[in-house]
Amino acid sequence: MILLDWIQGALLLAGLGFFLVGTLGLLRFPDVYTRVHALTKADNLGLGLVVFGLLIGADSVPVALKMLLIWGLALLASATAGYLVARAARRRGVRPWKARNWEND
Amino acid sequence: MSGLLEAVALGLLITLTLGLVRIWRGPTVADRMLAAQLFGTTGVALLLVLAELQRLPALRDVALVLALLAVMAVLAFVARVWRGDPDEESGGDGGPEIGDDEGFEDPR
Repeated sequence: MILLDWIQGALLLAGLGFFLVGTLGLLRFPDVYTRVHALTKADNLGLGLVVFGLLIGADSVPVALKMLLIWGLALLASATAGYLVARAARRRGVRPWKARNWEND
Repeated sequence: MSGLLEAVALGLLITLTLGLVRIWRGPTVADRMLAAQLFGTTGVALLLVLAELQRLPALRDVALVLALLAVMAVLAFVARVWRGDPDEESGGDGGPEIGDDEGFEDPR
């Protein structure tokens, strides 16, 4: 049980770390496309790690399956939303960020 | 172990609060909607942790609905608000100051 507690703690803290990194990317990345990248990858990996951490302490199998279902839905949803936002930005003519803009900021 | 769950919930709440900064200064409305997407994902994780912490299984259903509604909000935004006008250059490539004087109502 002690070992399971350690594994659960490590998974939860790793998930929290990925959420922090995702929010940091949303705040620090320069344009829409890179922010989509930060959100759809880092945050969903963090959510997956949190879900797997909570699975260790889950009461029953249906509860565990429901949490896995929530994670799967979040994966599908954010992949779709990220693609659509990036495509809409592309169609509206939002230019991707270039490194030379870095000196102007 | 319970203290760890509380610490994780607090950390998730802090990341949610930090995400508000992007809503405040995001140059285009798409950045603000991405912050809403962040709220969806982080809120789902927060609700799952709270369901375990407070022994409230109904919060998992709330998390499921929140995950669905977050993507519905982004889909409605892309389909109805941010439709493409390719001739209207929207210049969302720069720093956060660009377009901040245009107000919220401009559908950039």
